[in-house]
Amino acid sequence: MQYNWNWSILLQEPYYGWIWSGFSWTLATGCAAWVIAISLGSVIGVMRTTQVPILRTIGTCYVELFRNIPLLVQMFLWYFVFPELLSKDAGMWVKREMPMPEYSTAVVCLGTYHASRVAEQVRAGIESIGQGQRYAGLAMGLTPVQVYRYVLLPVSYRIIVPPLTSDFLGIIKNSSLALTIGVLELTAQTRQIEEYTFQGFEAFTTATVLYIVVTAVVMAMMRVVEKKTAVPGMLSLEAK
Amino acid sequence: MTSGFDWQVIVKNLPFLWTGMQTTLLLTVLAISGGIVGGTILALCRLSKFSVLSWFGGSYVNFFRSMPLILVIFWFYFLVPIVLGRPVGGFYSVLIAFILFEAAYYCEIIRAGIASVGRGQVYAAQAVGLNYFQIMRYIILPQAFRNMVPILLTQGIILFQDTSLVYVVGLHDFLVTADIVANRDVRLIEMYSTVAVVYFVMCLLGSLGVRRLQRKYAL
Repeated sequence: MQYNWNWSILLQEPYYGWIWSGFSWTLATGCAAWVIAISLGSVIGVMRTTQVPILRTIGTCYVELFRNIPLLVQMFLWYFVFPELLSKDAGMWVKREMPMPEYSTAVVCLGTYHASRVAEQVRAGIESIGQGQRYAGLAMGLTPVQVYRYVLLPVSYRIIVPPLTSDFLGIIKNSSLALTIGVLELTAQTRQIEEYTFQGFEAFTTATVLYIVVTAVVMAMMRVVEKKTAVPGMLSLEAK
Repeated sequence: MTSGFDWQVIVKNLPFLWTGMQTTLLLTVLAISGGIVGGTILALCRLSKFSVLSWFGGSYVNFFRSMPLILVIFWFYFLVPIVLGRPVGGFYSVLIAFILFEAAYYCEIIRAGIASVGRGQVYAAQAVGLNYFQIMRYIILPQAFRNMVPILLTQGIILFQDTSLVYVVGLHDFLVTADIVANRDVRLIEMYSTVAVVYFVMCLLGSLGVRRLQRKYAL
């Protein structure tokens, strides 16, 4: 095995700057997509648990549609196909004038994709509470919206903190797919360093370490949140 | 972009797309088999009473689960030729990457499956004088696998979708062959929609099948 080690390459410009800019883009893409995923996912998840058949159907279709197409293909659909389906002016705007077209497309794509996963978690959380609380809320004279707002959602969010954490980490990891449409995030930048300098070991090790650090930090933070938000008396959480 | 949806370009390129789909399917099947074998070994490591083995299993899983698959593909695409000292072609590098990556995910599924088999079974097997390997081979693993078949298959469907990521190293799978046609004939809409529909139908049928199986074989 022949390889010339040169770890100092990581501290040289422009490579040092590339790594940090890539790292920031990864975090920026992941966090922005997470906002879409959690808000849209909550809506879809709630729709799947309501008593209204049409809402349930829409929710199910959304989840099945986004879950059964590979994320990379969705990325291409959003980037290449979606603008063509719009009216001419709107399509032009998406392609040319929208600020940071690659970044925005990647965020929307990741957000809508992970929304289908969050929706499943939210639904599982609400269903795990059982129908009793819903009926109790309705019997007290709360409207269905109030039942969700004050009874079902606060508890189910606390129950699903652990799966939501792994979804968030999934979104950070999946943000690397944005490189296929030209977002220069962490993986793309290290790939670029490998191509420019042939120092693949050093470049990929850096990316690996940074991803592991993000995972470890998020896990540590969420462990605290998990403890704080644990619902007293829930067996599944006490077992952990 | 030329207007109008052109069905002809899809029909004309079906044989070429089929060669891509064959690569995708071959990669999926090999990666699932390798991943399950690797995952079983890892799961046995994690559950082992030797602390070195369980530490190794745990670190392996945490390591691979905190990395994006694309980075793993890049790693092995770059690493395998250097380690072996000769070019091996994209397919084998990618296959190794997939097997090692998926083994971490299969490990967690299999570990949960093994844990779902009651402790009493182990004691009973020990009482009739079976050794560790016999207990695993004849008592635990058969029951564990039956419990986890639906989840293993679901993970297989996810893996099938993930194989599209070989796009980043240009291996000619289903997506890349479609991509080649799309760019050559400037038929992006037709080709990408076709890819999406094919994946969607296959994965939907797969997950419906898994759900039926789950109802039929539940213990």
